[in-house]
Amino acid sequence: MDGVHDLGGRQGFGPIDVNEPEAPFHEPWEARAMAINRAVSAVTSWNIDRFRFTRENIEPLDYLTRPYFDQWAQTIAALLVGSQLATCEELAAGHAAHHLGTTAQPQRAKDVEAVNKAAKRYDSPSGPPSRFAPGDKVRANLLRAPGHTRLPAYVCGHAGKIVACHGAHVFPDRNAHGVQSYEPLYTVAFQAAELWPEAAGRRDCVNLDLWESYLAAN
Amino acid sequence: MTDPHDHDHIGDIHRQLHSHLPPEPALRVKALESLLVEKGLLDSEAVDAWVELYTEKIGPKCGARVVARAWTDAPFKQRLLADGALAVKEMGLEGWALGHLKVVENTALVHNLVVCTLCSCYPVGLLGMSPNWYKTAAYRARAVREPRAVLKEFGVSLADDVAVSVWDSTAELRYLVLPERPPGTDDWSQDRLAAIVTRNAMIGTDRTLALTRG
Repeated sequence: MDGVHDLGGRQGFGPIDVNEPEAPFHEPWEARAMAINRAVSAVTSWNIDRFRFTRENIEPLDYLTRPYFDQWAQTIAALLVGSQLATCEELAAGHAAHHLGTTAQPQRAKDVEAVNKAAKRYDSPSGPPSRFAPGDKVRANLLRAPGHTRLPAYVCGHAGKIVACHGAHVFPDRNAHGVQSYEPLYTVAFQAAELWPEAAGRRDCVNLDLWESYLAAN
Repeated sequence: MTDPHDHDHIGDIHRQLHSHLPPEPALRVKALESLLVEKGLLDSEAVDAWVELYTEKIGPKCGARVVARAWTDAPFKQRLLADGALAVKEMGLEGWALGHLKVVENTALVHNLVVCTLCSCYPVGLLGMSPNWYKTAAYRARAVREPRAVLKEFGVSLADDVAVSVWDSTAELRYLVLPERPPGTDDWSQDRLAAIVTRNAMIGTDRTLALTRG
Protein backbone atom coordinates (compact mmCIF):
# COMPACT_ATOMS: atom_id res chain seq x y z
CA MET A 1 0.00 0.00 0.00
CA ASP A 2 1.06 3.57 -0.60
CA GLY A 3 1.36 4.29 3.10
CA VAL A 4 3.25 6.83 5.13
CA HIS A 5 5.49 3.97 6.32
CA ASP A 6 7.21 3.86 2.92
CA LEU A 7 9.81 6.44 3.90
CA GLY A 8 12.87 5.79 1.72
CA GLY A 9 14.05 8.98 0.06
CA ARG A 10 11.34 11.25 1.50
CA GLN A 11 12.68 14.71 2.15
CA GLY A 12 12.14 17.31 4.84
CA PHE A 13 13.16 15.31 7.90
CA GLY A 14 15.67 16.92 10.21
CA PRO A 15 18.91 15.74 11.78
CA ILE A 16 19.31 12.39 13.54
CA ASP A 17 19.77 12.24 17.32
CA VAL A 18 23.29 10.83 17.20
CA ASN A 19 23.77 11.38 20.94
CA GLU A 20 21.00 9.01 22.05
CA PRO A 21 22.30 7.09 25.08
CA GLU A 22 23.15 3.48 24.19
CA ALA A 23 20.64 1.40 26.14
CA PRO A 24 18.36 -1.46 25.09
CA PHE A 25 15.27 0.36 26.36
CA HIS A 26 14.72 3.92 27.51
CA GLU A 27 11.47 3.26 29.44
CA PRO A 28 10.29 0.13 31.29
CA TRP A 29 7.06 -0.02 29.24
CA GLU A 30 9.12 -0.28 26.03
CA ALA A 31 10.71 -3.49 27.31
CA ARG A 32 7.28 -4.88 28.30
CA ALA A 33 5.83 -4.10 24.84
CA MET A 34 8.75 -5.84 23.09
CA ALA A 35 8.47 -8.86 25.37
CA ILE A 36 4.67 -9.15 25.10
CA ASN A 37 5.08 -9.29 21.34
CA ARG A 38 7.63 -12.11 21.60
CA ALA A 39 5.70 -14.09 24.20
CA VAL A 40 2.23 -13.83 22.66
CA SER A 41 3.42 -15.22 19.33
CA ALA A 42 3.20 -18.72 20.85
CA VAL A 43 -0.60 -18.63 20.98
CA THR A 44 -1.60 -16.33 18.13
CA SER A 45 -1.81 -17.07 14.43
CA TRP A 46 -0.65 -13.86 12.77
CA ASN A 47 2.67 -13.83 10.92
CA ILE A 48 5.41 -11.21 10.57
CA ASP A 49 3.89 -9.80 7.37
CA ARG A 50 0.44 -9.47 8.94
CA PHE A 51 2.10 -7.67 11.86
CA ARG A 52 3.87 -5.27 9.48
CA PHE A 53 0.73 -4.64 7.42
CA THR A 54 -1.25 -3.93 10.57
CA ARG A 55 1.40 -1.47 11.76
CA GLU A 56 1.42 0.22 8.33
CA ASN A 57 -2.30 0.88 8.76
CA ILE A 58 -1.85 2.94 11.93
CA GLU A 59 -3.23 6.46 11.35
CA PRO A 60 -0.52 8.37 9.44
CA LEU A 61 -0.10 11.05 12.08
CA ASP A 62 0.22 8.43 14.82
CA TYR A 63 2.67 6.44 12.69
CA LEU A 64 4.97 9.42 12.36
CA THR A 65 4.70 10.72 15.92
CA ARG A 66 4.00 7.92 18.39
CA PRO A 67 6.97 6.17 20.08
CA TYR A 68 8.12 3.00 18.35
CA PHE A 69 7.16 0.43 20.98
CA ASP A 70 3.85 2.23 21.54
CA GLN A 71 3.16 1.39 17.90
CA TRP A 72 3.98 -2.25 18.62
CA ALA A 73 1.44 -2.23 21.47
CA GLN A 74 -1.11 -0.57 19.17
CA THR A 75 -0.40 -3.18 16.48
CA ILE A 76 -0.80 -6.12 18.88
CA ALA A 77 -4.07 -4.57 20.13
CA ALA A 78 -5.39 -4.21 16.56
CA LEU A 79 -4.39 -7.80 15.75
CA LEU A 80 -6.20 -9.06 18.87
CA VAL A 81 -9.36 -7.19 17.85
CA GLY A 82 -9.03 -8.36 14.22
CA SER A 83 -8.61 -11.97 15.39
CA GLN A 84 -11.60 -11.61 17.74
CA LEU A 85 -9.45 -12.46 20.74
CA ALA A 86 -10.25 -9.14 22.47
CA THR A 87 -12.45 -6.06 22.11
CA CYS A 88 -11.52 -2.39 22.21
CA GLU A 89 -13.41 -2.09 25.50
CA GLU A 90 -11.41 -4.91 27.06
CA LEU A 91 -8.13 -3.40 25.85
CA ALA A 92 -9.12 -0.05 27.35
CA ALA A 93 -10.09 -1.60 30.67
CA GLY A 94 -7.23 -4.10 30.90
CA HIS A 95 -9.76 -6.72 32.01
CA ALA A 96 -11.45 -9.58 30.20
CA ALA A 97 -15.22 -9.31 29.74
CA HIS A 98 -15.32 -12.59 27.83
CA HIS A 99 -13.08 -15.56 28.41
CA LEU A 100 -11.71 -17.53 25.49
CA GLY A 101 -12.57 -21.19 25.20
CA THR A 102 -8.96 -21.89 24.37
CA THR A 103 -6.85 -24.69 25.77
CA ALA A 104 -3.61 -23.31 24.28
CA GLN A 105 -0.88 -22.82 26.84
CA PRO A 106 0.91 -19.47 26.93
CA GLN A 107 4.67 -19.39 26.44
CA ARG A 108 6.56 -20.13 29.66
CA ALA A 109 9.67 -18.38 30.99
CA LYS A 110 11.71 -21.58 30.84
CA ASP A 111 11.14 -21.79 27.06
CA VAL A 112 12.16 -18.23 26.20
CA GLU A 113 15.86 -18.86 25.49
CA ALA A 114 15.05 -21.81 23.22
CA VAL A 115 12.39 -19.81 21.34
CA ASN A 116 14.94 -17.01 20.85
CA LYS A 117 17.54 -19.45 19.53
CA ALA A 118 15.12 -21.04 17.04
CA ALA A 119 16.00 -18.53 14.32
CA LYS A 120 13.14 -18.82 11.87
CA ARG A 121 13.89 -19.35 8.20
CA TYR A 122 11.58 -18.11 5.46
CA ASP A 123 12.92 -19.98 2.43
CA SER A 124 11.82 -23.27 0.90
CA PRO A 125 13.93 -25.65 -1.21
CA SER A 126 10.76 -26.82 -2.98
CA GLY A 127 9.74 -23.31 -4.10
CA PRO A 128 9.81 -22.20 -7.75
CA PRO A 129 13.22 -21.85 -9.47
CA SER A 130 14.82 -18.43 -10.02
CA ARG A 131 14.35 -16.83 -13.45
CA PHE A 132 17.15 -14.31 -13.03
CA ALA A 133 20.86 -14.83 -12.38
CA PRO A 134 23.55 -12.58 -10.90
CA GLY A 135 24.50 -9.89 -13.40
CA ASP A 136 21.04 -9.77 -15.03
CA LYS A 137 19.64 -6.31 -15.62
CA VAL A 138 16.15 -5.78 -14.23
CA ARG A 139 13.64 -2.99 -13.74
CA ALA A 140 11.38 -2.67 -10.68
CA ASN A 141 7.66 -2.46 -11.42
CA LEU A 142 6.29 1.03 -11.77
CA LEU A 143 2.98 0.08 -10.22
CA ARG A 144 2.47 -1.81 -6.97
CA ALA A 145 -0.35 -4.14 -6.05
CA PRO A 146 -2.77 -2.92 -3.35
CA GLY A 147 -2.36 -4.41 0.11
CA HIS A 148 0.95 -5.22 1.76
CA THR A 149 4.13 -5.15 -0.31
CA ARG A 150 7.86 -4.95 0.30
CA LEU A 151 8.61 -3.07 -2.90
CA PRO A 152 9.47 0.47 -1.76
CA ALA A 153 8.20 3.35 -3.89
CA TYR A 154 11.65 4.88 -4.35
CA VAL A 155 12.86 2.09 -6.65
CA CYS A 156 9.63 1.74 -8.67
CA GLY A 157 10.34 2.08 -12.39
CA HIS A 158 14.11 2.13 -11.86
CA ALA A 159 16.77 -0.12 -13.38
CA GLY A 160 19.05 -2.28 -11.26
CA LYS A 161 21.23 -5.36 -11.41
CA ILE A 162 20.80 -8.74 -9.71
CA VAL A 163 23.72 -9.28 -7.32
CA ALA A 164 22.50 -12.37 -5.43
CA CYS A 165 19.84 -15.09 -5.69
CA HIS A 166 18.42 -16.37 -2.41
CA GLY A 167 16.10 -19.14 -3.60
CA ALA A 168 12.36 -19.04 -2.92
CA HIS A 169 11.20 -17.09 0.14
CA VAL A 170 7.72 -16.60 1.61
CA PHE A 171 6.02 -13.92 -0.48
CA PRO A 172 4.93 -11.12 1.86
CA ASP A 173 2.28 -9.62 -0.43
CA ARG A 174 0.22 -12.78 0.02
CA ASN A 175 1.45 -13.88 3.44
CA ALA A 176 0.15 -10.64 5.00
CA HIS A 177 -3.30 -11.61 3.76
CA GLY A 178 -3.24 -15.19 4.99
CA VAL A 179 -1.92 -17.04 1.94
CA GLN A 180 1.49 -18.69 2.24
CA SER A 181 3.30 -19.04 -1.08
CA TYR A 182 6.94 -18.84 -2.19
CA GLU A 183 8.68 -16.73 -4.79
CA PRO A 184 12.35 -16.35 -5.76
CA LEU A 185 14.09 -13.57 -3.85
CA TYR A 186 17.04 -11.51 -5.11
CA THR A 187 19.35 -8.80 -3.90
CA VAL A 188 19.17 -6.03 -6.50
CA ALA A 189 21.71 -3.19 -6.64
CA PHE A 190 20.55 0.22 -7.87
CA GLN A 191 23.10 2.91 -8.64
CA ALA A 192 22.43 5.97 -6.48
CA ALA A 193 22.58 8.13 -9.61
CA GLU A 194 19.72 6.06 -11.09
CA LEU A 195 17.53 6.83 -8.08
CA TRP A 196 18.44 10.38 -7.06
CA PRO A 197 19.27 13.32 -9.31
CA GLU A 198 21.67 14.80 -6.75
CA ALA A 199 23.77 11.61 -6.74
CA ALA A 200 24.97 12.08 -10.34
CA GLY A 201 28.63 11.15 -10.67
CA ARG A 202 28.72 9.10 -7.45
CA ARG A 203 29.62 5.39 -7.40
CA ASP A 204 27.33 4.83 -4.40
CA CYS A 205 24.60 2.19 -4.63
CA VAL A 206 21.52 1.01 -2.76
CA ASN A 207 20.82 -2.73 -2.41
CA LEU A 208 17.34 -4.11 -1.82
CA ASP A 209 15.99 -7.64 -1.41
CA LEU A 210 13.16 -7.96 -3.93
CA TRP A 211 10.84 -10.79 -4.97
CA GLU A 212 10.69 -11.94 -8.58
CA SER A 213 7.23 -10.57 -9.37
CA TYR A 214 8.45 -7.08 -8.39
CA LEU A 215 10.90 -7.21 -11.32
CA ALA A 216 10.97 -7.42 -15.11
CA ALA A 217 13.94 -8.18 -17.35
CA ASN A 218 15.49 -4.96 -18.63
CA MET B 1 -5.73 -12.59 -4.16
CA THR B 2 -6.28 -10.07 -1.42
CA ASP B 3 -9.35 -8.48 0.04
CA PRO B 4 -9.25 -4.93 -1.33
CA HIS B 5 -10.96 -3.68 1.84
CA ASP B 6 -8.54 -5.39 4.23
CA HIS B 7 -6.68 -2.18 4.94
CA ASP B 8 -9.90 -0.23 5.47
CA HIS B 9 -10.93 -2.81 8.06
CA ILE B 10 -7.61 -2.60 9.93
CA GLY B 11 -7.74 1.19 9.70
CA ASP B 12 -11.19 1.13 11.35
CA ILE B 13 -9.82 -0.97 14.21
CA HIS B 14 -6.92 1.46 14.70
CA ARG B 15 -9.31 4.43 14.79
CA GLN B 16 -11.54 2.68 17.34
CA LEU B 17 -8.54 1.87 19.51
CA HIS B 18 -7.33 5.44 19.18
CA SER B 19 -10.56 6.73 20.70
CA HIS B 20 -10.81 4.04 23.42
CA LEU B 21 -7.31 3.62 24.79
CA PRO B 22 -5.51 5.92 27.23
CA PRO B 23 -3.00 8.19 25.49
CA GLU B 24 -0.04 7.30 27.76
CA PRO B 25 1.94 4.39 26.31
CA ALA B 26 2.82 3.00 29.77
CA LEU B 27 -0.90 2.65 30.61
CA ARG B 28 -1.80 1.07 27.27
CA VAL B 29 0.98 -1.49 27.59
CA LYS B 30 0.02 -2.29 31.19
CA ALA B 31 -3.62 -2.79 30.19
CA LEU B 32 -2.55 -4.96 27.26
CA GLU B 33 -0.43 -7.21 29.49
CA SER B 34 -3.15 -7.54 32.19
CA LEU B 35 -5.77 -8.43 29.61
CA LEU B 36 -3.61 -11.03 27.86
CA VAL B 37 -2.81 -12.67 31.20
CA GLU B 38 -6.51 -12.79 32.15
CA LYS B 39 -7.32 -14.31 28.76
CA GLY B 40 -4.77 -17.05 29.33
CA LEU B 41 -2.69 -15.94 26.34
CA LEU B 42 0.31 -14.65 28.27
CA ASP B 43 2.43 -15.54 31.29
CA SER B 44 4.05 -12.45 32.83
CA GLU B 45 7.07 -14.48 33.84
CA ALA B 46 7.77 -15.17 30.17
CA VAL B 47 7.58 -11.40 29.58
CA ASP B 48 10.10 -10.91 32.40
CA ALA B 49 12.37 -13.51 30.80
CA TRP B 50 12.37 -11.75 27.40
CA VAL B 51 13.12 -8.42 29.09
CA GLU B 52 16.00 -9.96 31.02
CA LEU B 53 17.39 -11.71 27.93
CA TYR B 54 17.47 -8.48 25.89
CA THR B 55 18.64 -6.30 28.79
CA GLU B 56 21.33 -8.50 30.32
CA LYS B 57 22.50 -11.05 27.77
CA ILE B 58 21.94 -10.10 24.16
CA GLY B 59 23.40 -6.86 22.85
CA PRO B 60 26.16 -5.37 20.67
CA LYS B 61 28.80 -7.37 22.57
CA CYS B 62 27.53 -10.52 20.82
CA GLY B 63 28.08 -8.93 17.40
CA ALA B 64 31.48 -7.60 18.49
CA ARG B 65 32.62 -11.15 19.35
CA VAL B 66 31.72 -12.26 15.82
CA VAL B 67 33.65 -9.35 14.29
CA ALA B 68 36.73 -9.97 16.44
CA ARG B 69 36.74 -13.64 15.50
CA ALA B 70 36.43 -12.81 11.80
CA TRP B 71 39.45 -10.50 12.12
CA THR B 72 41.63 -13.20 13.68
CA ASP B 73 40.36 -16.42 12.08
CA ALA B 74 40.46 -16.29 8.26
CA PRO B 75 38.55 -19.55 7.61
CA PHE B 76 35.79 -18.36 9.99
CA LYS B 77 35.61 -15.05 8.16
CA GLN B 78 35.13 -16.92 4.87
CA ARG B 79 32.31 -18.97 6.38
CA LEU B 80 30.78 -15.83 7.92
CA LEU B 81 30.70 -14.00 4.60
CA ALA B 82 29.35 -17.08 2.79
CA ASP B 83 26.55 -17.90 5.29
CA GLY B 84 26.27 -15.60 8.30
CA ALA B 85 23.45 -17.57 9.94
CA LEU B 86 25.46 -20.79 9.95
CA ALA B 87 28.69 -19.12 11.09
CA VAL B 88 27.18 -17.37 14.13
CA LYS B 89 25.54 -20.65 15.09
CA GLU B 90 29.04 -22.15 15.41
CA MET B 91 29.60 -19.60 18.16
CA GLY B 92 26.27 -20.40 19.83
CA LEU B 93 24.97 -16.96 18.87
CA GLU B 94 21.97 -17.94 16.74
CA GLY B 95 18.82 -16.04 17.64
CA TRP B 96 15.86 -13.81 16.84
CA ALA B 97 15.89 -12.54 13.23
CA LEU B 98 19.14 -14.31 12.36
CA GLY B 99 17.74 -17.05 10.11
CA HIS B 100 19.11 -15.28 7.02
CA LEU B 101 22.05 -13.22 8.32
CA LYS B 102 24.16 -11.50 5.65
CA VAL B 103 27.51 -10.00 6.64
CA VAL B 104 28.86 -7.22 4.41
CA GLU B 105 32.53 -6.25 4.62
CA ASN B 106 33.95 -2.74 4.69
CA THR B 107 37.14 -2.18 2.69
CA ALA B 108 39.39 0.80 1.97
CA LEU B 109 37.12 1.64 -0.98
CA VAL B 110 33.65 0.52 0.19
CA HIS B 111 31.60 1.61 3.19
CA ASN B 112 28.42 -0.30 4.04
CA LEU B 113 25.39 1.20 5.74
CA VAL B 114 22.28 -0.70 6.91
CA VAL B 115 18.71 0.63 7.07
CA CYS B 116 15.12 -0.59 6.91
CA THR B 117 13.07 2.01 5.05
CA LEU B 118 9.75 0.13 5.35
CA CYS B 119 9.81 -0.79 9.05
CA SER B 120 12.65 -1.57 11.47
CA CYS B 121 14.39 -4.81 10.43
CA TYR B 122 17.62 -5.30 12.40
CA PRO B 123 19.81 -8.27 13.44
CA VAL B 124 18.29 -8.17 16.92
CA GLY B 125 19.62 -11.54 18.06
CA LEU B 126 23.19 -10.33 17.49
CA LEU B 127 23.07 -6.59 18.26
CA GLY B 128 20.20 -6.46 20.75
CA MET B 129 17.46 -3.85 20.50
CA SER B 130 18.04 -1.28 17.80
CA PRO B 131 18.65 2.35 18.76
CA ASN B 132 15.66 4.69 18.51
CA TRP B 133 17.35 6.71 15.78
CA TYR B 134 17.48 3.60 13.57
CA LYS B 135 13.67 3.47 13.70
CA THR B 136 13.01 7.19 13.18
CA ALA B 137 11.46 8.53 10.00
CA ALA B 138 14.53 10.75 9.54
CA TYR B 139 17.03 7.88 9.40
CA ARG B 140 14.76 5.64 7.32
CA ALA B 141 14.07 8.42 4.81
CA ARG B 142 17.59 9.81 4.55
CA ALA B 143 19.93 6.80 4.74
CA VAL B 144 19.11 5.66 1.19
CA ARG B 145 19.08 9.13 -0.34
CA GLU B 146 21.84 11.05 1.39
CA PRO B 147 23.98 8.47 3.20
CA ARG B 148 27.03 10.75 3.18
CA ALA B 149 25.14 13.53 4.97
CA VAL B 150 23.80 11.02 7.50
CA LEU B 151 27.30 9.61 8.07
CA LYS B 152 28.66 13.12 8.58
CA GLU B 153 26.16 13.66 11.40
CA PHE B 154 27.59 10.53 13.02
CA GLY B 155 31.10 11.97 12.63
CA VAL B 156 32.07 9.79 9.66
CA SER B 157 33.67 11.69 6.76
CA LEU B 158 34.28 9.62 3.67
CA ALA B 159 36.83 10.41 0.98
CA ASP B 160 35.35 10.78 -2.50
CA ASP B 161 36.96 7.54 -3.68
CA VAL B 162 35.09 5.50 -1.04
CA ALA B 163 31.78 4.21 -2.44
CA VAL B 164 28.81 3.89 -0.10
CA SER B 165 26.81 0.68 -0.36
CA VAL B 166 23.46 1.00 1.42
CA TRP B 167 21.53 -2.16 2.37
CA ASP B 168 17.77 -1.64 2.68
CA SER B 169 16.43 -4.64 4.65
CA THR B 170 13.26 -5.22 2.61
CA ALA B 171 13.02 -9.03 3.11
CA GLU B 172 13.98 -11.46 5.90
CA LEU B 173 17.72 -11.06 5.32
CA ARG B 174 19.36 -9.14 8.15
CA TYR B 175 22.56 -7.22 7.58
CA LEU B 176 25.65 -6.86 9.76
CA VAL B 177 28.59 -4.70 8.73
CA LEU B 178 32.05 -6.20 9.22
CA PRO B 179 34.21 -3.12 9.94
CA GLU B 180 37.88 -2.88 8.96
CA ARG B 181 40.35 -4.02 11.58
CA PRO B 182 42.31 -0.98 12.74
CA PRO B 183 46.07 -0.96 12.16
CA GLY B 184 48.31 -1.47 15.20
CA THR B 185 46.20 -4.32 16.62
CA ASP B 186 48.14 -7.27 15.18
CA ASP B 187 49.03 -8.81 18.54
CA TRP B 188 45.66 -8.15 20.21
CA SER B 189 43.51 -10.97 21.61
CA GLN B 190 39.95 -11.55 20.36
CA ASP B 191 38.56 -10.18 23.64
CA ARG B 192 40.59 -7.00 23.38
CA LEU B 193 39.58 -6.57 19.75
CA ALA B 194 35.88 -7.15 20.57
CA ALA B 195 36.03 -4.29 23.07
CA ILE B 196 36.76 -1.71 20.34
CA VAL B 197 33.91 -2.77 18.05
CA THR B 198 31.03 -0.33 18.43
CA ARG B 199 27.36 -1.05 17.78
CA ASN B 200 27.29 1.76 15.22
CA ALA B 201 30.24 0.25 13.33
CA MET B 202 28.18 -2.92 12.83
CA ILE B 203 25.25 -0.82 11.48
CA GLY B 204 27.61 1.30 9.40
CA THR B 205 27.22 4.66 11.16
CA ASP B 206 30.78 4.38 12.53
CA ARG B 207 33.87 3.51 10.45
CA THR B 208 37.27 4.20 12.00
CA LEU B 209 37.38 2.35 15.31
CA ALA B 210 39.21 4.02 18.18
CA LEU B 211 41.76 1.90 20.01
CA THR B 212 41.11 3.54 23.37
CA ARG B 213 38.35 1.08 24.35
CA GLY B 214 40.62 -1.93 23.88
